[in-house]
Amino acid sequence: MSLLTYEFMVRALLGAVFTGLAAPAVGTYLVQRRLALMGDGIGHIAVTGVAIGLLTGASPTVTAVIVAVIGAVVIEVIRESGRTSGDVALALLFYGGIAGGVLVTGLAGQSAATLNTYLFGSITTISWSDVWVTIALALVVVVVAVGLSPQLFAVAQDQEFAQVAGLNVRFYNLLVSVMAAVTVTVAMRTVGLLLVSALMVVPVATSQQVTRAFRSTLFAGMGLGLLASLGGVVLSALISFGPAQQGVAPGATIVLLAIAGFAAAYPVGVWLRRRQRLARPFAEVVDEFPLGEDHHTAVPEDHGHEHGPDCGHVAVRHGDHVDYVHDGHRHAVHGGHYDEH
Amino acid sequence: MTSPPAVRITDGAVELGGRPILRGIDLSVRQGEVLAVLGANGSGKSTLVRAMMGLVPICRGEVRLFDLPLASFGAWQRIGFVPQRVSAASGVPASVREVVASGRLSRRRPFVPQRRADREAVDAAIAAVGLAGKARDGVSTLSGGQQQRVLIARALAGAPDLLVLDEPTAGVDVQSQQGFADALASTVARGSTIVLVAHELGPLGPLVDRAIVMRDGRIAYDGPPIDAFTDADLSHDHHHVDLGRPGHDHVPTVASPLDGEGRR
Repeated sequence: MSLLTYEFMVRALLGAVFTGLAAPAVGTYLVQRRLALMGDGIGHIAVTGVAIGLLTGASPTVTAVIVAVIGAVVIEVIRESGRTSGDVALALLFYGGIAGGVLVTGLAGQSAATLNTYLFGSITTISWSDVWVTIALALVVVVVAVGLSPQLFAVAQDQEFAQVAGLNVRFYNLLVSVMAAVTVTVAMRTVGLLLVSALMVVPVATSQQVTRAFRSTLFAGMGLGLLASLGGVVLSALISFGPAQQGVAPGATIVLLAIAGFAAAYPVGVWLRRRQRLARPFAEVVDEFPLGEDHHTAVPEDHGHEHGPDCGHVAVRHGDHVDYVHDGHRHAVHGGHYDEH
Repeated sequence: MTSPPAVRITDGAVELGGRPILRGIDLSVRQGEVLAVLGANGSGKSTLVRAMMGLVPICRGEVRLFDLPLASFGAWQRIGFVPQRVSAASGVPASVREVVASGRLSRRRPFVPQRRADREAVDAAIAAVGLAGKARDGVSTLSGGQQQRVLIARALAGAPDLLVLDEPTAGVDVQSQQGFADALASTVARGSTIVLVAHELGPLGPLVDRAIVMRDGRIAYDGPPIDAFTDADLSHDHHHVDLGRPGHDHVPTVASPLDGEGRR
């Protein structure tokens, strides 16, 4: 691989690996809470953090982590208080964050191009210190997200039950918010602040097309995130250093790859869900007015074949027997004929 | 020495948003008792059991669990809770086994994997509600009654001494209700205390030792279950509004025989 001879490419790929694992790990809990867009909001707020770093000369990664964590905690507090005006408060926070970022970047005398590398990622400007911070923070996020998955799962799934089970619900809620904030900043150099939410949510949405358990969704999401993230960086490098020499931000290629994965998995999910729905057993009706054994509806029509496991009609369990579904009927064998069930 | 009551509420009152919801609650549930909390929608029965577990704060009086004030109670593995809800599913797929395994968390430490005892308890709880063949299925693919049974199994998995169920049979077909009754009966046989919120008792009737009827935030009846509670019309899933008594729209039909002693 000639690309690996560039040192910046090694840095970018290392960043991509850890970002790709951490973002869906946290994203799973956000999707479970139906807060899929929270990563997006934190990303907006982190723009101000980056700008403060540019203005003060401190590391933008560090200032972004600090501002994003503060923003995430405020979001969680607003969410917990459950006010009806909560979404307006969130909107103020999000847009204030991005407007403040643009303002402070201007004050710092930096061009929009500099800010762009944080908004959509950049493979050439990642420094080794960025890479080490990314790896360290991403490792912490992955260890917490996987190691505490039973607790985090229970709290997100049923808060009241978790509280009665003695779990500190507020602590775990804050933990997810802080992890989301840390992940946003970790992913900032690879996918960028405006696209990071996609890497948190899309791999999870893709994996849940085919999974039916939480842990498999979590791990499949992390695997898909890793693939999209690595593939996106490589694709971005190939385009940027190919014959055309067009610079393409890695955020765009990562997110488009992730979405392509979803587009491929969605039809499979539709098919699986349809199959599941058709095979769901019919409810046994408890007769409130017993009509006796003799009361049944025989089917007058002739059948060209005998219904059986191989007849090709949808077979659905119904109590102690099987109904065959075809042409708007549910036919069950009764003696030498079929009954409508 | 007699064992302390599982739950004791003394002069309890609850306000939500400044409106009094529960008033003058004095209730003691002895260990091993099966208590049904009956009443119409909005009568405060859900709030009562939620206050028992500290899910809503009381503004007056005291709640004690197993003789400890709620604030210093820490033995949450002794409590099993089946919340009132329509679905066990959330934004991400989860298997029956994963949801039920949450019931062991009060006995597990963070970052420590499941032990064999945890796995066995989860399997036993799933079997107890009759879902043994479905442990690996996604909860969202189950019927409403089966999902309710998953939530019961989750509470049973922790082997609680006090099991609190908030309308576990609401919207559940008669057949699943019978399955419930069987699962609860074996829990009762183990010596657990049960507090059960319900509109009407149905198949659970024979298990119940004692019933209270909530009316407008107060306990209107406290005593043995009367046949009228069990015989409430099961074929109806709505409740008849008692037109004869405007201003008391919370009065359940089941309570009509009690009018003589209803106002305490």
